[in-house]
Amino acid sequence: MSTAVSQIDEVKTTPWAGGRSPFSVEYGKIMMWFFLLSDAFTFSSLLIAYGALRFSAATWPAADLIFQSVPGTSIQHGAPLVFVGIMTFILIASSVTMVLGVEAGHRGERKEVALWMVLTIIGGFMFLGCQALEWTHLHEEGFWWGSIPKELGEYFHKGDAASAVSTHQFANLFFTITGFHGFHVFSGVVINIIILINVLAGTYDRRGSYLMVEKVGLYWHFVDLVWVFVFTFFYLV
Amino acid sequence: MSSETTHAHDGHADDHASMSKKKIWQVAGILTMITAIEFIVALYLVPHDIIALHTANPIYIVLTLAKAFYIVAYFMHLKFERVALIYSIAVPVLFIIGLILVLTNESHHWIDLRG
Repeated sequence: MSTAVSQIDEVKTTPWAGGRSPFSVEYGKIMMWFFLLSDAFTFSSLLIAYGALRFSAATWPAADLIFQSVPGTSIQHGAPLVFVGIMTFILIASSVTMVLGVEAGHRGERKEVALWMVLTIIGGFMFLGCQALEWTHLHEEGFWWGSIPKELGEYFHKGDAASAVSTHQFANLFFTITGFHGFHVFSGVVINIIILINVLAGTYDRRGSYLMVEKVGLYWHFVDLVWVFVFTFFYLV
Repeated sequence: MSSETTHAHDGHADDHASMSKKKIWQVAGILTMITAIEFIVALYLVPHDIIALHTANPIYIVLTLAKAFYIVAYFMHLKFERVALIYSIAVPVLFIIGLILVLTNESHHWIDLRG
């Protein structure tokens, strides 16, 4: 009997030939990616709506005039964007500790993973604390959903007419978008804590893989990614 | 049976070695530097009229996209995944670009509506 296999019977071994994932990634990780993609759509819709309202307004309050203080200190004026700068660096730093935790997970170093995750969680709490301070400060100045300070002149660049409509839109969008982002940070911290408990309990050692740390890492980096855009479009542009 | 024998050639081995500690700190340095540049532009160059606000805005956007690339490609590891996964995530971003084009165009008409 001939052992030659006709071309049509030959088993194909290309990535899309079936029998295994063409993505070569575990199911949960693919789902995390697709969830993050859908979340990216949500955040983009919010930010693009912000952009459209801003483009259609004759004048818009200036971020470097609104964010002048460092809440929690005596600096009440003359320090534009300093506080948000601190927040940005905190979030980048916590993203770095997270990726270091994922790297330690690849080597199966339980204690090292736990250390980096603790630092990531501290970073998350620091960011949330900063945001709470900033919200409180703005609230004291009179900004909130649907409410703005009486005197608007100081929030507009010289030569721009102060517009109550624009300021209202700015306030609503600011609290909605940073609030939605802060909610994501908060969820991330909670999920990080759950994963940290599992790391400490040795769950992933028994499982033989720290893939869960990688998945929660993806979410955490996404939160950082969104902040990069929020930071640019709310505070810089 | 064949799927098991081909698994060895899947490229799983180089998956994990791709993000060394050195590379992580390198990317962290790049992200910090880009953010620092953004602050120099926002707090020094624009207030001192060295560059105009309308030239600063494209700079911010390019720097932001650069940061986004480094976070997604290296921290989220997407650069080292299969091409199929990279395209599954990267191509749908075209929808976002589409919405930007549609709504910025639309917003120019809203100016007239506002009167």
